[in-house]
Amino acid sequence: MLEGFIQNILNALQWGSFYSLIALGYCLVYGVLLLINFAHGDIFMVGAYIAFFVSMSLLGEFGVIPGMPTWLVLTLSVPLVMILTAMVGVTLERVAYRPLRRKGVNRLYVVITALMCGLILENGNLAILGASRKSFPTLFEQTVYNIGGVSFTNLKVAVILVAVLSFVFLRFVVVKTKIGMAMRAISYDKFAVPLMGIPVDSIIVFTFVLGSGFAGLAGLLFAMTYPVLDPYMGALIGWKAFIAAVVGGIGSIRGAFAGGFLLGFVEIMVVAFFPSTLRDLIAFAILLVILTLKPTGLFGVARRTKI
Amino acid sequence: MKRVTTPILLLILLVILVALCSTKVLNIYWQSVLMFMGINVILATSLNIVNGNMGEFSCGHAGFMAVGAYVSSVLSVLFFAKDKVFGDALFPPELAIPFFPVILVIGALAAAVVGLLVAIPSFKTRGDYLAIITIAANYIVKSTIENIDAIGGARGFMGMGKVTAAMRGTIGLPWMVIWVFLGTVFSVWLIRRFIFSTLGNGVNAICQDEIAAEIMSVNTDRMKLTAFMVSCGLAGLAGGLFAHVLGYVNPGSFTILKSTEIMVMVYLGGMGSLSGSVLAAILITLLMEGLRFFFPFLTDVLHWTHVLPASYEVSQVWKWVLIPLCLVLLMQFRPEGIMGNRELADIFPGLRKYYKFKG
Repeated sequence: MLEGFIQNILNALQWGSFYSLIALGYCLVYGVLLLINFAHGDIFMVGAYIAFFVSMSLLGEFGVIPGMPTWLVLTLSVPLVMILTAMVGVTLERVAYRPLRRKGVNRLYVVITALMCGLILENGNLAILGASRKSFPTLFEQTVYNIGGVSFTNLKVAVILVAVLSFVFLRFVVVKTKIGMAMRAISYDKFAVPLMGIPVDSIIVFTFVLGSGFAGLAGLLFAMTYPVLDPYMGALIGWKAFIAAVVGGIGSIRGAFAGGFLLGFVEIMVVAFFPSTLRDLIAFAILLVILTLKPTGLFGVARRTKI
Repeated sequence: MKRVTTPILLLILLVILVALCSTKVLNIYWQSVLMFMGINVILATSLNIVNGNMGEFSCGHAGFMAVGAYVSSVLSVLFFAKDKVFGDALFPPELAIPFFPVILVIGALAAAVVGLLVAIPSFKTRGDYLAIITIAANYIVKSTIENIDAIGGARGFMGMGKVTAAMRGTIGLPWMVIWVFLGTVFSVWLIRRFIFSTLGNGVNAICQDEIAAEIMSVNTDRMKLTAFMVSCGLAGLAGGLFAHVLGYVNPGSFTILKSTEIMVMVYLGGMGSLSGSVLAAILITLLMEGLRFFFPFLTDVLHWTHVLPASYEVSQVWKWVLIPLCLVLLMQFRPEGIMGNRELADIFPGLRKYYKFKG
C-alpha cells in the first residue's frame, strides 16, 4: 500500500514536472506582458520536433560526425534544442505580437493572434510532415532502480531534477538579477519603464527566449520519456499547463511551479483510484472549485483596480 | 408596411428554399452547406453576446453546444425512434413534427442551465481567469459525455436519422432545412431584441467599465447571468440542430478546436456587431467548403507546373493553416474585424426603410 503510494507520488512528480516547465513559460510571458501566450503549448510541441530532428541528424552512421556517442549527442542537443526553440518563440514575438503591441491595440487581439499562431504551428506541422507519428531515438540508456518495492528510472529522476533546477534558475533570474527586476517593472508600470532607460523590447525578447527555451527543454524531456511525437501533443498539454499556471496564480513563478505539480498530482491520483477516463473530468472540476474559492489562484495577489 | 417587410421577405425566402430543396434543384450537398451556414450563424451570433458585447473571453462555446446536442438527441430518439438502449418509440412518429421544436427548446434550456457553471464564477472573476473557467467547462462537458456509457460514451450517439426520416415520412418536406432556417431567424431576432433592450445596454456597459456600470446602478451580476444563459442556451439550440442535421454526434466534435472556429467567426465579423457575425459565419462556411475544392485544384496546377513533386499532395490540413493565417493578418491590419462594432444598417442607412424596430 505504502509502496504503491510512493510510486504514485514519484509518477506524479514526473508528470507534474512537464506541466511545471510549460507553466513557467506561460507565467513568464504573462508576468511581463499580461498576455496569455496560447501558442506556448505548440512551442513545446515544436521543441519536441526540433529535438527529434537535432538528435536524428547528430546520431548514427549518417550523422554530421558519424558514430558520435549518445551521451555527446544528448549534451549537444540540450543547448541546441533550447536555442532553436527560443528562436521560434522570438520569431512569433517579432512577427505577430510586436507590431500589435506597437499599435497599442486591445489586449484581446494579441491573445487571439497567439491562439491562431498556435493553430498555424500545429496544423502547419501536420501538413508539412504528414500525419505519421515520429518515434524518438533513445539518447539515454534507461536503468530501472528498485528500492523497497518502489521502482524508478534514472530518466524519471533526471526529469524531476531538471524541473526543480529550472524553477530555481528562473526564480533567481526574476528575483535577483537586474534584468529580472526590469521584467517585473514592465508588468508593474508599462509607461514609466521606458522613461527609466530600460529597453522594453529587449527585455520582452529576453522573456520569450527564457520561456520558449524551457518549453523546448520540456519538449526534449517529454520526447525522451514518451518517445512518440504527434503534432497535436502540445495542444492538450499546453491548455492544461495554462490551467495549472492560473491555479497557481498566474504571473507568479512559484505559483506556476506549484500549480504544475498540483495538476500532476491530481491527475495521477485520479487515475490511481478511479477509472482513467475520469481523469480530465475530476482534475478540471477540482481546479474549477479552487478557482471559485480563491479567484486569484494559490499564490496570486489580487490587482487593485483603481476607480 | 415597415413592420411587415422583413417578415414577408423571410417567409418568401423560406418558401423558395423549401421549393428548391423539395424539387431537388439544390442537391443534398448544397442543402447541408446551407444548414451548416445557419447553424454557424446561430453559434457566432450567440458567442458574440459574451465575447463581443460583454467583452469577456469565453473559449468554451462548443461545450454548451454539446449539451444541447446530446439532450435533444437523446430526447428525440427516446420519443420517436426505436433504439437498442431506449426501446420502442414512446410516441407515434406523426407527432415528431410538432414536438421537434419542443425538444430543441428543452436542449437549449439544458445548455443554459449548464451555462451557470460559467456564469456564477463570472460574478467574481473576469478576464484571463474567466477564460480558463470556460476552457475547463468545455473539457468537463466533453469528459462527462465520454464517461456516460448509456449515450455511447466516446463512441458517439446515433439514431437521429430515424427521427428526421419520421418527419419526412409524415409530411414530405425537407424538414431539417425548415427547422434550421426557423432556428436561425429566431436566434437572430432574439439576440437583436436582447442587445437593444435595457438588459443589453447593461451588458454593453459591463464591457466599457464594470465598476462604473455598477455605480450607475446596473445590476452586473444579473446582466452577466442573463447574457451567459442566453448565449449558452442558443449554443444548445445550434447543437440540437447540428446533431439532427448530421444524424450522429460524438464528443470529438465538441473540442476546443470547434470553440476556436466559432471565435474566428466572431472576431472576423467584428466584436459586438450582430450583422458582422452573421456575415462572417456565412463567409467562413463558404470559405471552408470552397477550400475543399480548391486544394485538389491547386495540387493539379502545381503538379502540372512541376513546382511540387508528384508524390506530395496539398492536403486539406492546409485549410487550418490558411484560416488562422487570415485571422492573424486581419488582426494586424484591421483588428476591429469586417464591421467593427457597427451594424449593417449603420453602413447602409437605406436599409432602415425596410424594417421597423422598437429600439
